[in-house]
Amino acid sequence: MKVNKAWLYLLPAALFLIFFMVYPLLDVLVYSVEEGYNSASQTFMGIGGYNYSYVLHDPYFMQAVSNTFILVIITVPVSTGLALLISMALNSIKKLRELFQTIYFLPYVTNTLAVGLVFMILFKKTAYTDGMVNALISIFGGGAVDFIDGPYWAKMFVLCFYTVWVVLPFKILILTSALASVNQDYYRAAKVDGASGWRVFSRITLPMISPMIFYLIITGFIGAFKAYSDAVALFGTNLNAAGMNTIVGYVYDMIYGDSGGFPSYASAAAIILFVIVLTITVINLLISRKQIHY
Amino acid sequence: MKVILQSLTKEFPSRNKRSKDVVVAVNDFTFEIPDGKLVGLLGPSGCGKSTTLNLISGLEKPTRGRVLFGDEDVTDYPPQDRGVGLVFQNYALYPHMTVFQNIIFPLQNLKGKDKLTKQQMAEKAEEAAKLVQISELMERKPSELSGGQQQRVAIARALVKRPRILLLDEPLSNLDARLRLQTREELRRIQRETGITTVFVTHDQEEAMSISDMIVVMKEGVLQQIGKPQEVYDDPVNLFVAKFLGTPPINVFNASIRDGGLYIGDERVLNVGAADSESITVGIRPEGFIPNKDGALTLQLTAVEVMGRDTSVVSVHPECVGANVRSIISADSRIANDAHKVRFDLKPEKVFMFDKQTEKRVRVDLKPIGR
Amino acid sequence: MNEKGLKRNASRRLILRIMTYVLLAIWAVMVLFPFYWMVLSSIKSYASYSSEKIPEFIPREPTLENYSTAFTQVPLSGYFSNTLIFTVVTTALMLIVTVLAAFAFSRLEFKGKNLVFTMFIALMMIPSELVVITNYHTITELGLRNTFTGLILPSVTSVFYIYLLKENFEQIPDELYKAAKVDGTSDFKYLTKVMIPICRPTIITITILKTVECWNSYVWPRLITTKQSHYLVSNGIQELRENGIGRENIPAMMAAVVVISVPLIVLFLIFRKRIMEGVSRGGTKG
Repeated sequence: MKVNKAWLYLLPAALFLIFFMVYPLLDVLVYSVEEGYNSASQTFMGIGGYNYSYVLHDPYFMQAVSNTFILVIITVPVSTGLALLISMALNSIKKLRELFQTIYFLPYVTNTLAVGLVFMILFKKTAYTDGMVNALISIFGGGAVDFIDGPYWAKMFVLCFYTVWVVLPFKILILTSALASVNQDYYRAAKVDGASGWRVFSRITLPMISPMIFYLIITGFIGAFKAYSDAVALFGTNLNAAGMNTIVGYVYDMIYGDSGGFPSYASAAAIILFVIVLTITVINLLISRKQIHY
Repeated sequence: MKVILQSLTKEFPSRNKRSKDVVVAVNDFTFEIPDGKLVGLLGPSGCGKSTTLNLISGLEKPTRGRVLFGDEDVTDYPPQDRGVGLVFQNYALYPHMTVFQNIIFPLQNLKGKDKLTKQQMAEKAEEAAKLVQISELMERKPSELSGGQQQRVAIARALVKRPRILLLDEPLSNLDARLRLQTREELRRIQRETGITTVFVTHDQEEAMSISDMIVVMKEGVLQQIGKPQEVYDDPVNLFVAKFLGTPPINVFNASIRDGGLYIGDERVLNVGAADSESITVGIRPEGFIPNKDGALTLQLTAVEVMGRDTSVVSVHPECVGANVRSIISADSRIANDAHKVRFDLKPEKVFMFDKQTEKRVRVDLKPIGR
Repeated sequence: MNEKGLKRNASRRLILRIMTYVLLAIWAVMVLFPFYWMVLSSIKSYASYSSEKIPEFIPREPTLENYSTAFTQVPLSGYFSNTLIFTVVTTALMLIVTVLAAFAFSRLEFKGKNLVFTMFIALMMIPSELVVITNYHTITELGLRNTFTGLILPSVTSVFYIYLLKENFEQIPDELYKAAKVDGTSDFKYLTKVMIPICRPTIITITILKTVECWNSYVWPRLITTKQSHYLVSNGIQELRENGIGRENIPAMMAAVVVISVPLIVLFLIFRKRIMEGVSRGGTKG
């Protein structure tokens, strides 16, 4: 029998994908409805929605959900707005532009865990030092705060700050190239028509790059909902203890780690996360379809 | 090597996935290309000429029919076993290879006893490059070459394996007008020098007429006429062929036959040996007009364009199928630019009669009207 | 416009320009400061670091001692070579798998191509969080925890790169393929001699992106490795911070941080244009 050669070329990719994506995807659905699963004996007691209800009643999960939502609501608009501001500034200059672009992109290629540790020591207050940031605050007359082991809002601030720092390179890059690709003739025409700077921005620039902004908002939402390693870098692996866990963190803790080996709960939590992300993405897409006119 | 196509048919599935219909790109082709000739496949775009070329090269498999090279049936051979060289419209040079690497690429695919040493490859490449006069460009990349040079490289690559048949797909259409004239002479020369049977596809009738030993006119997948360029021009089998060949194109009129005379409107323009008929189409070549102040056909003059050697007379006639009538006459015969009317006699050998419905040629005896 | 107006306009423009540069400079400092701080802290001696109530911006007595501490007290070179092996093997496997699949989708004809491709694309939307649970289980069942096989296999395929390369392959004109067919070139030779060289920029881009992704990956290594001998830099450094020298010897930890950050920064500075171009064409963080 002559097998079409094309399948041979596809075989490696197909094997990897079936084994490590398709099968796990189906399996996670099964896990999530198997009640009382025991990883040691690989037995379960019944089928039902108990895992979901357990997860939804777990205070750690609710804490993780609330942390994640706060993180998303703060960092997505802040990072997108800041990226837009910086990209516009970058686009308006000629000198040093390449240098700035290179510097701004650096966080993209650095290890999140490693640099997170630097942020941790910058913000941390210890027995012998208040840390660099607190030293700065004291110059302006403020009192020292422990951003890493201190009050919730301080920890959330650091997490948001670091998240923005990490996601900005990508956004700046996308927006600068979007801005650069706007046909200069529009600006020349607007100049001839005597449009003010604000009008040029709101009536030409913004509409022209709106598809890219929406793209960034959507990927921003998705990315922020999956926040995890940033939090680990700042607060350590025991995020529940720090009260700074995220949904993804909860999933991983359930697979393995301090609460150890509950794949059913992990699956239920992962599916809940997927549903949340999917819903928000669909809403985003619906809004963007209304807003983008070309 | 002569090429014989026998009832060659190629059907493609319809674009519309739902329907079971097929598109017939080439419909029951039968003809023979004699050995060592330069043959032009001619037709408007979408007439199936490129498909025919692909069937000869083996890139497409025919739905029905056979392809023979000499006595050898190559229908089931893959392209590489047919011994053809193919030059593409956009040349299809590998952009990341130098000219030399492009030319030897086909040789590197040879296996077994045909395998060549590096030295032999280089020699063959040199030879091909010399033939198309690009020896000094061997180390350049295609992007560093002009269109005409790329064309030559493509031809060299097609020739390096010493193909039995050379196929060219619209070889001149990507060149500018001046280069086109030069390159078509060049093609002619290369074909003569190598003696390889060459088939090229073109939609430009002038190009085909000027260099081909033989032209094959096609329309919508159907073969219309084969012959030497001048023969086809002088004796078209149908209205399509008559209209497709010649610049300026042939002038077409509605006509009728009454009492042994060919009438355009109310004017008897030629005598004809045929029965009366109302449904006749007549084509008159631009050079078929003889200015005569008492001429048989009267036209409304719109413009006289003097073009040096010739004069082009543009006029209108109510029975003319096109927008206007264009006739080419010698520059000596002066026609006043401000005249309103112009009258011509017709050369019978430049007038063709067609059936109005079938558009097929009606072969009759045409004679000038005696006065 | 009168002269006064012109002048006012010009000075307004100047102020705007200055503000633009100030803004850009502030953010540049924000970005660079952590890097500066990590190098700075790594060359302060442990004693001087812990004695500074208010951190010094310029070290009094710079020392490289922390670097030797990082390499001797912690198996940093082990983490390093583990990560290197993991990155190189994963990226190489990814390239082979991706190139072959992209070639099949872009160049070969087979029944059900569109259906299979649609299924591939659909997989792009599946977040890794969903599949990691079962993958963890599978690898554990197979007894592949703390092995390179277990680390590498689930990290190999990226549907997105297949998609990216397929799009690029499809831009190669059909005529090149036909020309190669007439010359008797096999499909595989056409792939290696024509398609890959022509699409080299895209292939380099996905190689770099995958390298960055591998070097920085944290979640999977953390799940699958429990022994120091198989730690990668990310979970190695995390371990360091929680149970190793990082608990008190911050300068030594910072030295380790510098060491693991340097390779990618160097890679970035070399391939700056290509990386930024590649990322803007379709990379996302993580």
